[in-house]
Amino acid sequence: MSAVIDTDHKGHGHAGDDHHHGPAKGLMRWVLTTNHKDIGTMYLWFSFAMFLLGGSMAMVIRAELFQPGLQIVQPEFFNQMTTMHGLIMVFGAVMPAFVGLANWMIPLMIGAPDMALPRMNNFSFWLLPAAFGLLVSTLFTAGGGPNFGWTFYAPLSTTYAPESVTFFIFAIHLMGISSIMGAINVVATILNLRAPGMTLMKMPLFVWTWLITAFLLIAVMPVLAGCVTMMLMDIHFGTSFFSAAGGGDPVLFQHVFWFFGHPEVYIMILPAFGAVSSIIPAFARKPLFGYTSMVYATASIAFLSFIVWAHHMFTVGIPLTGELFFMYATLLIAVPTGVKVFNWASTMWRGSMTFETPMLFAVAFVILFTIGGFSGLMLAIAPADFQYHDTYFVVAHFHYVLVPGAIFGIFASAYFWLPKWTGHMYDETLGKLHFWMSFIGMNMAFFPMHFVGLAGMPRRIPDYNMMFANFNMVSSIGAFMFGATQLLFLFIVIKCIRGGKPAAAKPWDGADGLEWTVPSPAPYHTFQTPPEVK
Amino acid sequence: MGLLLWLAFGAAQAEWGVNMAPGATEVSRSVFDLHMTIFWICVVIGVVVFGAMFWSMLIHRRSTGQEPAHFHESTTVEILWTVVPLVILVLMAIPATKTLIDIYDSSESELDIQITGYQWKWQYKYLGQDVEFFSNLTTPAEQINNKAEKGEHYLLEVDEPLVVPAGTKVRFLITSADVIHSWWVPALAVKKDAIPGFVNESWTRVDEPGLYRGQCAELCGKDHGFMPIVVEVKTKADFATWLAERKQASAAEKELTSKEWSQEELMARGEKTYNTTCAACHQASGEGLPPMFPALKGSAIATGPVEEHIGIVVNGKPGTSMAAFGKQLSEVDIAAIITYERNAWGNKVGDMVTPKDILTFKQAQE
Repeated sequence: MSAVIDTDHKGHGHAGDDHHHGPAKGLMRWVLTTNHKDIGTMYLWFSFAMFLLGGSMAMVIRAELFQPGLQIVQPEFFNQMTTMHGLIMVFGAVMPAFVGLANWMIPLMIGAPDMALPRMNNFSFWLLPAAFGLLVSTLFTAGGGPNFGWTFYAPLSTTYAPESVTFFIFAIHLMGISSIMGAINVVATILNLRAPGMTLMKMPLFVWTWLITAFLLIAVMPVLAGCVTMMLMDIHFGTSFFSAAGGGDPVLFQHVFWFFGHPEVYIMILPAFGAVSSIIPAFARKPLFGYTSMVYATASIAFLSFIVWAHHMFTVGIPLTGELFFMYATLLIAVPTGVKVFNWASTMWRGSMTFETPMLFAVAFVILFTIGGFSGLMLAIAPADFQYHDTYFVVAHFHYVLVPGAIFGIFASAYFWLPKWTGHMYDETLGKLHFWMSFIGMNMAFFPMHFVGLAGMPRRIPDYNMMFANFNMVSSIGAFMFGATQLLFLFIVIKCIRGGKPAAAKPWDGADGLEWTVPSPAPYHTFQTPPEVK
Repeated sequence: MGLLLWLAFGAAQAEWGVNMAPGATEVSRSVFDLHMTIFWICVVIGVVVFGAMFWSMLIHRRSTGQEPAHFHESTTVEILWTVVPLVILVLMAIPATKTLIDIYDSSESELDIQITGYQWKWQYKYLGQDVEFFSNLTTPAEQINNKAEKGEHYLLEVDEPLVVPAGTKVRFLITSADVIHSWWVPALAVKKDAIPGFVNESWTRVDEPGLYRGQCAELCGKDHGFMPIVVEVKTKADFATWLAERKQASAAEKELTSKEWSQEELMARGEKTYNTTCAACHQASGEGLPPMFPALKGSAIATGPVEEHIGIVVNGKPGTSMAAFGKQLSEVDIAAIITYERNAWGNKVGDMVTPKDILTFKQAQE
């Protein structure tokens, strides 16, 4: 992902530019860079490192759940693992990966020379290592790291929290600032730096979905900041926002958290929708079906995401009318989501398909994300949710939308654009192996979770009755397989950076878009003269 | 690989349950029906959509010489696949709404039980009956730590189950004393959060006598996985007998406060109560799990002035997980626990705290 280094002296695309220069030398290049490609690369590497770290925590969880009884870790540490796994995967792996893709691809897709606010771009990246350094360091403190689940419900996360909770709050603040700045940058870039002729309705869907995602981020990250600030006040300054004893309400926490949390799940999936909407047409060699309806469906999903938050709270005792409202609103999300799935299927229909690795991941994305959508539909039915809520059925549901959803979307994007980033083709055989191992491992890990959840296994428990033992063992084996396979991805990427068949400017014959008009690897500076879009 | 898996599963002596059970009440059966209805609707949609996709993937390939078509929109089709799902959703929402209204109707109950979640046990209080007790996990630590064979109801067994009469509408008033818990018994389709400072309502009417097991469903700290729920449904006659016995027992318990206790009696009772109430955090060895759960062995409080020791047990320590046990335990149990803590594990203070001391302490506070 960093092979742009090799191109500094070639100087193509610089006609008429009297101060053309390549990247600086050495380590300071990465610290001081304001180049969208460098920053995109750093985001992607950072997110992959976090993916491996969060993944190794998942391995600890699955190892403990391999058999009934406590074998490897004690409940205290188990809770820290589930909490950190969730936080790191959400805020450290998935979100930065999409910001990395946005940094790399949005300027290339809209014909812009860079992001609109390059210095802020640098700062928003470098906040992340600080935030996660702080968060992970809490694991080594006396009393341990956060152990209250990634949803950190009060008062478990306030009155009853380990002392490290204050570090956790500060880390969340840093992540929030980073995300908001990243989002502002994306909005400013898309609205101001489009090449002449690139009207909004001509933008690739990835740009559209990111524009909408950025607005979601700007809307809800401050809410999360407010939420953790109230926690901070409760813990250190004697307020009682979340404590009934002082006139507050623990349920207020959940309302505020999920007002952030539900849009957050779309923040983690919308950019993947956009990427897949570029990849499927490329390999079906057929234009995307229903571009306009895709844009409107994305906007509808984003709007609906603000009015469904309490479906995460069906069991807290909200009144009947509230329960009905949130059930109906949640069911409505199925309509625009359905439109998207039908559009992807219709794009494939009567195409001329080939199945290179990006396409494999994209098709698996559509099918498995839809399965996650089905379980989401089931969870939306409030009376049935009383049985599903906080069981492994929910764990299965959100892993189906996040792993083959967000993560497969990221893998599909990575394989699709690796030739553009590195100038080399990745190893197709290994790519396919990575796909199939991930596909089998992931389904083996997460499908049985539906079964144990329906059979009555609560989530976030370190030990369980023997009636859940078989499927837990299957899940663990699948998870180990999925986890180990990701090291293969690391190998494939490094191999691709170091060499391989040179990639043409447009290595995919069916692909479409401005990013394929610049050479591979993309020069350090691109579109200094804006292209004309007809 | 397959053989290995097979052997592993054989050793795990477990079942392959893949679905929700219909449960034991009218509500749980209608929830189950809803669940199955939505499931089959999803299966049908899945078969159609995935069927089309797989067909396309098999036939519309470049390797079969397929030329790509060029269509990219169709208003008719797009309206159709917006409207049809909407209709399906409305059809799904109707029975769901009916069931939900039914679940929310907790009026005309014949018995009210207050359920309070504690870290990490449940308290059941039969309102107006003067009967209340705690329900603790009974699975021995040896089984959890794999030093003994696990029993059939591993982690789903308690010392005192919640007892309710069959064929009676029982209302639950659910709350918590510390963090949020969630009281869940799958067979009753009751899952309601226990929220400190607030009371939630729920209800059930079970037809058949029997034992129904569940677990806490909301992460509530270290032993979240170790606070099961067991509901024992008795016939109305059996329930009446049981309730009368419990009332007598609780009256007898009260008299114990005025009884003259010897050091040995208090130590014996203290050890037992300590192990069910205190050992989850402070450990049976008294060594605790520092720094979250301090050691009592050799601690300043357990070997220091007795008033401070009584104070912390009765009133708890705000800002920590140390709960106020003054309202949870009887004077006898508090006296026994304190006596035990001051004289066990080499804490040789030698003094003895009687139930009367606790009573005096509490009265002085008021």
